[in-house]
Parts: sequence; structure tokens; C-alpha cells
Amino acid sequence: MEPLILKQKSRRASGIGITPDMDLILVNLIDGLVTGLLLFMLSAGLTLIFSMMGVLNFAHASFYMLGAYFAFQISLYIGFWMGLLIAPLVVGVLGAGVERYGLRRVHQYGHVPELIFTFGLALLIEEVVQFIWGKNQMPYATPEILQFTAFSIAGNSIPAYKIFMIFISIAIFIGLLYVLTRTRVGMIIQAALTYPKTVEALGHNVPLIFMGVFGVGTALAGVAGVIAGPVLGTFPGMAFVLGSIVFVTIVIGGLGSLWGALVASLLIGWITTFSKAYNLRMEDLLTWAGFTKPEPIWDSAWRDLWSITSPQIADILPYILMVLILIFRPYGLFGKRDA
Amino acid sequence: MTDQFTSDPSKPAQRMRAGSMVIPLVPWGIAAVLLMVLPFIFTANSAITIMNQMAITIIFALAYNMLLGQGGMLSFGHAVYAGVGGFACVHIMNMDDFFAGIPLPLLPIFGGLMGMGLATIVGSFSTRKAGTVFAMISLGVGELIAACSVIIVAFFGGEEGISGDRTYGMPFFGVEFLQQIEVYYLIAAWLLISAALMYLYSRTPLGRMANAVRDNPERAEFLGYSARWVRFFSFVASGFFAGVAGALFAVNYEILTEENLNTTQSGLILLATFLGGVGFFFGPILGAIVFTLVQTVLSLQTELWGFYLGIVFVVTVMFFPGGLAGLIMMHVPAMRLGKLGRLGIPYLKTLGAGAVGCLGAAALIEMTFHLRHASAGDHSMTLYWITFDSHTMLPWIVAIAVTLIGFGIVRATAPALAEAWNDANTPDGAPR
Repeated sequence: MEPLILKQKSRRASGIGITPDMDLILVNLIDGLVTGLLLFMLSAGLTLIFSMMGVLNFAHASFYMLGAYFAFQISLYIGFWMGLLIAPLVVGVLGAGVERYGLRRVHQYGHVPELIFTFGLALLIEEVVQFIWGKNQMPYATPEILQFTAFSIAGNSIPAYKIFMIFISIAIFIGLLYVLTRTRVGMIIQAALTYPKTVEALGHNVPLIFMGVFGVGTALAGVAGVIAGPVLGTFPGMAFVLGSIVFVTIVIGGLGSLWGALVASLLIGWITTFSKAYNLRMEDLLTWAGFTKPEPIWDSAWRDLWSITSPQIADILPYILMVLILIFRPYGLFGKRDA
Repeated sequence: MTDQFTSDPSKPAQRMRAGSMVIPLVPWGIAAVLLMVLPFIFTANSAITIMNQMAITIIFALAYNMLLGQGGMLSFGHAVYAGVGGFACVHIMNMDDFFAGIPLPLLPIFGGLMGMGLATIVGSFSTRKAGTVFAMISLGVGELIAACSVIIVAFFGGEEGISGDRTYGMPFFGVEFLQQIEVYYLIAAWLLISAALMYLYSRTPLGRMANAVRDNPERAEFLGYSARWVRFFSFVASGFFAGVAGALFAVNYEILTEENLNTTQSGLILLATFLGGVGFFFGPILGAIVFTLVQTVLSLQTELWGFYLGIVFVVTVMFFPGGLAGLIMMHVPAMRLGKLGRLGIPYLKTLGAGAVGCLGAAALIEMTFHLRHASAGDHSMTLYWITFDSHTMLPWIVAIAVTLIGFGIVRATAPALAEAWNDANTPDGAPR
């Protein structure tokens, strides 16, 4: 599995694991924040769609991929910034179309066919992307205006693009929170989440609201794709790489909970970043716990357990966390008991 | 063999009979004879390879349908149970002393038990809920175990996987399974046994309760059954047969890698099962046969087979949620009325034209793909055994014309087909 972490990290690899001082912790906090906020942009839309329709959009990460590809194509002609503006809109319209002409039709058969439909859609989108753009990675790069070092912490330079990503994600989060809690539209959406029948009886067009939320959710995924494409790479497998982590995120956060999605995203971002940055070895842990290392180690049945290091398992930590959460708190960190 | 899983409440007598533990002899007898005879019809080595793959996929798809069709549980990580069963069997093959003491045909039992063991552990927390929550957990657990395959090298063999040799087992009445055809009969026998067992399982009270829990868990709970335990037992039983399928994979290919565990594999089995149809017992069998054929034959013809498969799958989910089996069973009422023959000509007209239209559309897609992705200067392409220059106008005009005419005829004849359909499904003399 591809590392979820931003590529720039490898440059600092030499200084890692020796002195866990404050500077390094700060750098990793920033890195984890970037990853976590990126995850949140995807999981926010996904969890909103889930709480509204009760269906998990398996193709959500595919819309993220479409965002990156559209933005790349647009950036070839009119530059990165127009891509950032137009690509999410296109993705949002596509998403709304999928809801209107696909999901709404499948809805009559029940939740499981809906899930299978979005799964098939994810497969189809990946094939379409390969059909149009081929299997190779696209040369989608950060805009030149952001290719400088914003500041450096003890010799570790933080590129301006990372800061830009953080600001974009936070701005979107605040915007989303404002719309959902302070505006009339947001109130109606929140009401439609819990009592769709009543809201419909009050004269609101609930199917239209559903379509809108689906469109906005996929557009959010599109934004994430636009800004993540240049750093994580724009290739046909990018949806698959991030897709399952996003699902894990909303399960950990509690299905349907926006705050849960935020907390879980940041948690996963930081956990993966820190376990990659600090080379904790299972060997040290086991020795500390009082076990003796079996000799010769290569002949022991436990050799894999002894040789595990934290960077090695960083990518599966979210899954382990998910299984633990499911066992001890089945409805997630912030989920409702009956969700 | 064709009993619909959804019982018809208007016919209580039939519902009672549906639980009888008898295997209808005719269809199963035909299946057994067919399995015996097939290698004499298709004698080529490649054909036997495809048939082996098919039989393994059938067992796996049937096991998968115990969850999806009968239990209403959608799993995105079912390849894990098959894969782990297979890995365990390869390890047994490599245990010289132990393996020399058991005949190869018994090996799948160990694979099944391994899959069952894992399913017991995972099922203990994943079957609390059905639907979306179950699907998420299955995906997460599937990813977790697939990712573990590169970390737990002792069991999964890391990137290159593990391999064994099936011929070290105790000879089974003198057969050492050196040849492909011997393996075929081993797999065929297991196919028949496990399919029959799975069929009988769907007839047991537990199998019927799985249907009840799928349709209305709340009501099942009021009747005194624990929906969770019913789901758990379905899951464990499905894990056993998935493990058997994985073991047969190990016997056939003698190597297992991470590819046997990952989400792609789980997705493929979902595709095969759903295309075949989840509502009937024979649906997954049909799906596995068609899917394996498409996978092996079509992938030789075109690079874009995944694209076509994706389209077919999405169309199936949207318009024919019953899958192939559902389409076939739609014709039963007309057959009962003895009016199936009246559909022949309209079908030929509409579906024939539709097939031509689809071929035309496929030609357009292939030509576009060639235009975009062929190396520079490479203008000639071969399609339907005709070689032509993809950069000239003529082939495009022909393809567009064929597509339009094909779909045009479909549009023109569709009302007549609908008319014939209504006619064939209405008893003679009934008021229209």
C-alpha cells in the first residue's frame, strides 16, 4: 500500500529517531495535520451523505480522483487556480447526476444494492480514468507561486504548499460548519437528516436536498483531490489508496458524526505520521516488557513479531484502531448508539 | 435447485415443503454427469485449466452468496477467508511428515476449518449489525489482513507468497495428482460435495432463519431468534466453504500470494455473484461460469475488458438487480402457460439488433482508445478480424452507422417486444 504521507517527508529521514526533541515533534504535528485535514475533507462529505441517505458512497474516493484529474487537465490550459475553482464544480455536478439518475433508481431495491452500485461505480470510474488518461502518473505539479519554503524549524523546511493546504481545509471546514449551523439551508438539511418525512410535509423538496448534499459532498472530495493531486501523485490507483482509509476514518469517528470524522481524521493523520517518523521497534518494547529475544532469531516462529518496526506497520495502524474501536465501542468515538 | 429464497407468503403449503432436506435428483444428477463428461468434450489443457478455475470460483461464489443472498450481509473482504484457508493448506503441504500421512483429497477440510476459525474470530464482532456497518467492518478487516501479509512473513511469505508441492501427499488409491486431469476430478468432486452441502444448509431451519433475519431482523427477534447469532452462524459456515475454495486453489496452483487476499479479489467475487444473481441458489454458479469465461477469453481479446465489465455490472445493478438467474426465472410464468415460443421472434429482432449495436459501440470505444494510446505512427489496428487504419474516416463512419442502426432497430421493435411479453404472460382467454 502506498504511504499516505506527503512525499516531502523522506528528505528529513536522516535526522529522525535519534533525538525526539520539540522541533521534530512540531514538524510531525504539521505533517500529521496536513494528512488529517485532507482525510477530513473526504470523510466530511462521506459522513454527511451517510447520515442523510443511510448509504455509504463507496465511490467517494473516486470523485476525489476525478477532482485531481480534472484539475490537471484544466491546469494544462488555464493554470492551477482555475483548476481549483472549476474542477470541484464539475465533480459536484457529476456527483449530483449520479445521485439523481443512479442512486435514486437503485434506492428502491434497498441499502445493500445501493452499496453495490457505488462499488460498481468506483470500479467504472477507475476504468474510465485509465481509458482517458492511461495508467501512468500525470505530471500534475504544485503552482510555481507556492514553490518556496514558508519557514523552517531546526533545519526542516516546511513548503508553502503545505501551509496552503492547511488553510484551504480549515477554511472549508469553517465554511461548512457555518452553513450547517447558522443558515436556513443548513437548518433544513439538519432537519432532513433526522425527520425527512416531516420536512417534506412542511413543503421542502427533500429529494432535491439529498441531491444537493450529495453534490456538495462529492465536490468537497473533488477539492481534496485538486490540492492533494500534486503532492500525493495523480494516478489511477489514488482512489483505492485513500478510499479504504476514509471508510475506516468514519467508522472510527462514528458513522454520521461530523465531529467524529474530524477527530478521527486528525487522529489517523497524527498516528501514521508519528509512527513513520519515530522508528519504534517491537524488539525494544518486548525487551522492556521482560521477554528475552529467542536466538537465533531467524529460526524462531516469532521472528516477525520481533522484527516489527513502527514505520512498517504505520499503514495498518488505522485498521487495527478500527477493529479495537469496533470491539470496545461499536458505535465509534462520537456515534450514536443506534447508528 | 431453483427454489427462490424469498418465500411466497400466499402459498403456505409450499413454504412448508421448502424446508425439506431432500436433494432433487434430476438437476443434481445432470450436474454430476456433466462434471464427469466435460473433460472428454474439452480435452485441451487450457480448457481443463479454465474449468478448474471455474469450479473453484463456483464454490467461492456459492459461499459468498450464503452471506449476500441468503443472509443479506454484504462483505467486501471475503477473499481473506479463502486466502487464509489456501495459505494454511500450502503450509500443510510443506509439513513433510504430516502431509505424507494424509491423502490430498482431505486437504480442503483443513483449509475449510482454517477459514472457519478465522470467520469465528472476525464474526464475533462483525456480525452484530448487518447492512452498511457489516460491510465497513468486512472491508477494514479484509484490508488489515491483506496488509499483514507483507508483515507476517512467516505465514504469508511476504511479497512473493508461499508455494508447495501437492504430490508429496499420501497417494489416494494410487493416484498422486501429478496430472491436471486428476486435479480436475478432485476439484469436481469437492464442487459437488460442497454445493450439495450448501444447498442443504439453505434448507435447514438455520438457513431459513438467515432469510428471515435478512428480510426483517426485528420480527425475527420477536419470534425469539437472535438475529446476531443467526448472522454469526451464516458467517462461520460461509467462512468454511470459502476456506475450501481457497484450499482447492492451493491444490490447483500450488502457490498463494497477497493477491489471493486483497480487496480486488473480494471485489471480483462480489461481481461474479451479483452478475449471476443473488436471489436463487443457482445464480452464483451461473455467475462464476460466465465471469470466468469473460475473464479468461475477453481479456485475451481486449485491454479494455475491465471497462466493459464495469459497465455491465453497473447496468445490472441499476436495471436487473436479479442478475442472470433473475432474468432466466422471469420466463417461468410464460413457460408455465406454454407460451414461451411466442417470445422467440420478437427477442431475435430486438436483442439481435441490440447485440449489433453493442458491438458497434464497442468498436467506437476501441478505436477511440487506439487513437489516444497507441504509440505514435502506429495507425493500423485490428478489430473483429479486420485490419484497418484508425486515422481514416471510413471505419468511424461504418462503426457509427452500425451503432445507430442497431440501437435504432431496438427502439423501433421494443414496443412489439413489450406487447409479446404481456401476451406471453397472460393466460389465454383472460381479459386484457
